[in-house]
Amino acid sequence: MSAALNIKKGSSKHSAYALRPNFSDVEETHTLAVLVDNEAGVLARVIGLFSGRGYNIESLTVAEVDHEGHLSRITIVTTGTPQVINQIKAQLGRIVPVHEVHDLTVEGPSVQRELALIKVACNGDKRVEALRLADIFRAKVVDSTLSSFVFEITGAPDKIDAFADLMRPLGLAEVARTGVAALSRGAS
Amino acid sequence: MTRQMTGAKMVVQALKDQGVEVVFGYPGGAVLPIYDEIFQQNDIKHILVRHEQGAVHAAEGYARSTGKPGVVLVTSGPGATNAVTGLTDALLDSIPLVVLSGQVPTFMIGSDAFQEADTVGITRPCTKHNWLVKDTDRLSGVIHEGFHVATSGRPGPVLIDIPKDVQFASGTYNGPKQARTSHYQPQVKGDLDMINELVDALEKAKRPIFYTGGGVINSGPAASQLLRELVDTTGFPITSTLMGLGAYPASGKGWLGMLGMHGLYEANMAMHDCDLMINIGARFDDRITGRIDAFSPKSKKAHIDIDPSSINKVIRVDIPIVGDVGHVLEDILKVWKSRGRKTNQEALAKWWNKIEEWKAVRCLSFKQEGSVIKPQYALQRLEELTKGHDRYITTEVGQHQMWAAQYLGFEDPNRWMTSGGLGTMGYGVPASVGVQIAHPESLVINVAGEASWLMNMQEMCTAVQYRAPVKQFILNNERLGMVRQWQQLLHGERYSQSWSEALPDFVKLAEAFGCKGILCSDPKDLDDAIMEMLNYDGPVIFDCLVEKHENCFPMIPSGAPHNEMLLGDVNATNAIGSTGAVLV
Repeated sequence: MSAALNIKKGSSKHSAYALRPNFSDVEETHTLAVLVDNEAGVLARVIGLFSGRGYNIESLTVAEVDHEGHLSRITIVTTGTPQVINQIKAQLGRIVPVHEVHDLTVEGPSVQRELALIKVACNGDKRVEALRLADIFRAKVVDSTLSSFVFEITGAPDKIDAFADLMRPLGLAEVARTGVAALSRGAS
Repeated sequence: MTRQMTGAKMVVQALKDQGVEVVFGYPGGAVLPIYDEIFQQNDIKHILVRHEQGAVHAAEGYARSTGKPGVVLVTSGPGATNAVTGLTDALLDSIPLVVLSGQVPTFMIGSDAFQEADTVGITRPCTKHNWLVKDTDRLSGVIHEGFHVATSGRPGPVLIDIPKDVQFASGTYNGPKQARTSHYQPQVKGDLDMINELVDALEKAKRPIFYTGGGVINSGPAASQLLRELVDTTGFPITSTLMGLGAYPASGKGWLGMLGMHGLYEANMAMHDCDLMINIGARFDDRITGRIDAFSPKSKKAHIDIDPSSINKVIRVDIPIVGDVGHVLEDILKVWKSRGRKTNQEALAKWWNKIEEWKAVRCLSFKQEGSVIKPQYALQRLEELTKGHDRYITTEVGQHQMWAAQYLGFEDPNRWMTSGGLGTMGYGVPASVGVQIAHPESLVINVAGEASWLMNMQEMCTAVQYRAPVKQFILNNERLGMVRQWQQLLHGERYSQSWSEALPDFVKLAEAFGCKGILCSDPKDLDDAIMEMLNYDGPVIFDCLVEKHENCFPMIPSGAPHNEMLLGDVNATNAIGSTGAVLV
């Protein structure tokens, strides 16, 4: 019964309301953590799967996380209907160097962070306003000239979006974002 | 088992340790060291093909008729790119292959060297997995891992790209037992709760049907045996995809024939009206489902598949079971027997009555009249005259392929080799050679259309060289028959480029190859001509001139559901609507 209701995958520890129908037409955004062998071509396999089957990638980060075990962690933010999301997970799971696929969006609460560098070119009052807002968002100034700042900001993607939006009228010049890194909350 | 040897020697040693008897290949600069090692041994037989695509299809034929992985050896660059179609074909039909390709030496990779191609890059999407081996010490391990990956779980092709300097260098050889296999162990046992749920559904079903596919055959002969037991003891009807023919015998009492776009009326109607569909090792391919939203609307659906990504990919199922068909069938039988072998006999009898009504439509009937051979008649006679033989059938792709599936009966698994998923014209000739190499004493017939047959006809040289007495049974309509049929149904009878204005004289061509050529154009001569083909000890090219404008029926027009089949030309005009027209 639990399998039919999808309790294991669909609920969080805190609420049964996270139960979601498996065949809804509504698109959802999911964060997937994929543990892979750190070998040549593995990223190409993952990206090729998304492009070859027409899935979306909103953000993708990858780096080695276990040097001795030669394991890398790929964090992918993707959108699709629940059926597409399940298909993406199953397709990822059958790539030979993929060890584990975790859907952090349905496996319980998780933390998501992204780092961005944001260049703002401005003078006068706008400079003061940019610094003030940076302070509110806990962004750090990592480069400064008389006519520009580069801010470093970390946070959930929507926080970075919000900060970039505020900087736009003040002289936003360039944005570099790392993409999302995510971990589940709790001990395991 | 650890020993020092060159990479080239390792390749041959690893193949021997994997029990490989035959390699299909074509030499070239980047694999010369391996060919030198092949020259110096007698355990592994090398079959020299005439084109690398032929090597891969021959290996597919070998693999499908034996259940063992097929092995291919090709050179770098064009050798590898010519193998791509075969790899894709094997991927879509889940055929285990190990393809070894030469590569330019490691220090020249990326320099656009002579005969260099990014082989692992090109073949990444058309293999189950691939490797570029840059270190001789890793070579033997990767080859053994390659065999493990190709044959475990859902089978498929793998490719191992070996630079020439890695073949020359010495390194440590490791045997199969030392290879890394633990990281890839697909689940074979099905979930017991789900199996119980399925048995419960079996017991209650009023209008059940088994819908089986290539997964039963891939699982091995035991799975076919278990399937036969389950079908015969429950008394349920069974239909199969093109890929699954032979898992259940065509003479069996539950057999409804093939389903799908050109499947039998009774099979498709039963799929549409059933209340319990048990999909065993098939994948709800679009040739099977027709219009998705009208696919078997009233049924509860169970799906047994070893590949989790097949489940709920196209059709939403109620009882998903991930596991190997053989293991799952064994558990289903065990549970069903222990619960008292119950079925709803009364409802089942009614269901069979309904099916008999559909059967009475006799959707495969045709009239052989006049002096022109109907392709259906040619296959009916071929079936009649070869039925009792130790027979293997391969096909090309097109109308003849569908007629072969409709009119030939398969009693055992691994006897029917056809390109299902990719629909590769040019598959049949090399596949028939591969099958014959594996079964030298058996009757191997490639049912072909003349257009497909020409695509890889160079492999007749291979057949002659290795005395493979393959019979090429060509239904020659001087047309790309299936293309022509679609143009008739869909494009206002504008037959754009579907007519071969120039064709070879197949009898002379046969003689040029060193085969026997037989021409037959009169229905009265057909039996004698077929017997002449069967009695000839050697390869035969049989040019059977057939009705040029025959259409393949029954047919589910694209975009239509199962219960809207076309049974013949009378109701075929404007059968495909605009939404169906965009589908292939």
